[in-house]
Amino acid sequence: MKKIEAIIRKSTFDEVREALHGAEIDFFTYWDVTGIGNEKAGSIFRAKIYETRFIQRRVISFVCRDHLVEIAINAIIKSARTGELGDGKIFISNIEDSVRIRTGEHGPEALFIKE
Amino acid sequence: MKNNKILRIIILILSCSAGNSLFAQTISQGQQQPVINPGHTAWMIVATILVLLMTIPGLAFFYGGLVRQKNILNILMQCFITTAVITVQWIFFGYSLSFSSSHGFLAPFIGGFDWAFLNNIGINDVCPFFISQPIERIPHIVFILFQCMFAVITPALIIGAFAERIKFSGFLVFTILWATFVYDPIAHWLWCPDGWLYKLGAVDFAGGAVVHINAGIAALVTALLIGKRKNFHHVNIPPHNIPFVVLGAAMLWVGWFGFNAGSGLAADGLAANAFLVTHVCASVAAIVWILMDWIFNKKPTVIGIVTAAVAGLAAITPAAGFVNVTGAVIIGFVVSIICFCMVGVVKPLCGYDDTLDAFGVHGIAGIWGVLATGLLATPLVQNYTGLFYGSGALLGKQAIATLATIVYSGIVTFLLFKLVDFLIGIRASAKEESMGLDLTMHKETAYTNVD
Repeated sequence: MKKIEAIIRKSTFDEVREALHGAEIDFFTYWDVTGIGNEKAGSIFRAKIYETRFIQRRVISFVCRDHLVEIAINAIIKSARTGELGDGKIFISNIEDSVRIRTGEHGPEALFIKE
Repeated sequence: MKNNKILRIIILILSCSAGNSLFAQTISQGQQQPVINPGHTAWMIVATILVLLMTIPGLAFFYGGLVRQKNILNILMQCFITTAVITVQWIFFGYSLSFSSSHGFLAPFIGGFDWAFLNNIGINDVCPFFISQPIERIPHIVFILFQCMFAVITPALIIGAFAERIKFSGFLVFTILWATFVYDPIAHWLWCPDGWLYKLGAVDFAGGAVVHINAGIAALVTALLIGKRKNFHHVNIPPHNIPFVVLGAAMLWVGWFGFNAGSGLAADGLAANAFLVTHVCASVAAIVWILMDWIFNKKPTVIGIVTAAVAGLAAITPAAGFVNVTGAVIIGFVVSIICFCMVGVVKPLCGYDDTLDAFGVHGIAGIWGVLATGLLATPLVQNYTGLFYGSGALLGKQAIATLATIVYSGIVTFLLFKLVDFLIGIRASAKEESMGLDLTMHKETAYTNVD
């Protein structure tokens, strides 16, 4: 099991969601974040344009079974890439165990619903 | 000592002038010359302010809370810019097109340019229009400004139809054209003594046809033409801030007292009646909707009660000067049932995306209100008799007014929309829509987590 965390542009969120659902990732968590880096974003306040370093992005996070990792990563790359600086990053980490609270199932079993 | 003397002189001058004006009044009353009455004027200035309160902040927050958080600034901006732009349009030529007289075959349909740029209107001119007080009137300027607020709120109501997906420049051009070619003529038809519906005998006390049917039909047409929002079908798009919606609706309710009770153009018994029926109708509508929510959807909802109050207020608008409390209760009772079915059953069935139900609430409530005036008008209030009090003639005239407004507003809105779409494009791109109009149209965000 791997945890995949991707920081993406808000504008690509719809495409990423569609792509992940197409790649058998049925649910994920997301939240809006603000980052500070070297990139600059403009903001207008009372007749003047200011440069700020606060960059708005969205983080998507989910845990998936090993054989889906590459598929999910490709789906995110394909849907979130615009080619400009600031398209975001994907982080992959190992997950020791997972438990479904309702049934007490352990391991990869807890990550998908058996038909 | 010196101060006292000056004070005494001022008091003397004041009392003289007060005496003079009283004297002047009695004389002119003898000659039946209309004069400016300070009491009526004071009330009408307040009423004008109340109607402005309906657009900004009332409608702005009502609509703003209903959209997603990435689009609220765009809604607030549209309400604000409509206020500014239509005011200027009104002063330049809108008022003249609506209320002045023109010559030739166009006279029943649109006004001329006699009062363009408020030419020929002095500060002490008496208003040429009146409802119940032919002698004691208000200044012409107050009437212009009062009507200006109506011209502002009507295009602002349409914002609900194309919210979350319209290009700002396209919206701006469309609004100015719509106010000029749709609002101004229809206001002329019903409210100017030259208008053909006015001459026919159709009545619209505070704008059921001119404001609500007109905006409602335009909303339906624009919603159909601009198309659905992205994801409209497979994602339920919830309002982002319901307290804002309640705040806006409450301000609409308060402002509506100026809208309806001010439309008698005087502070008298007729205004008091309009005041009363407006409040009663909104309350009844709110209660009925809540009961239906409770029965059919298991819980009474906050969005439900505020929507119902607005529907009730829209429905009583054309009738406020013609019905009594009985009429108000019936209008409020029925409007909730119609609008509940409209937004809950008919809209999902048809599948059009009237984002904030500008048609389902304002349009439908307006149509019901105008027709209900023909049913429930009572001679106890003004000299008009509805079907339930013995005469069917008024109902026929009301139906003609409703139909004429629907047809004209529908066709001309269609043409103007197509024109603007052809010239500069009116729909935001898919990318702008998904990023939100706040950021893409105005480069601002409403809520930020930056400290």
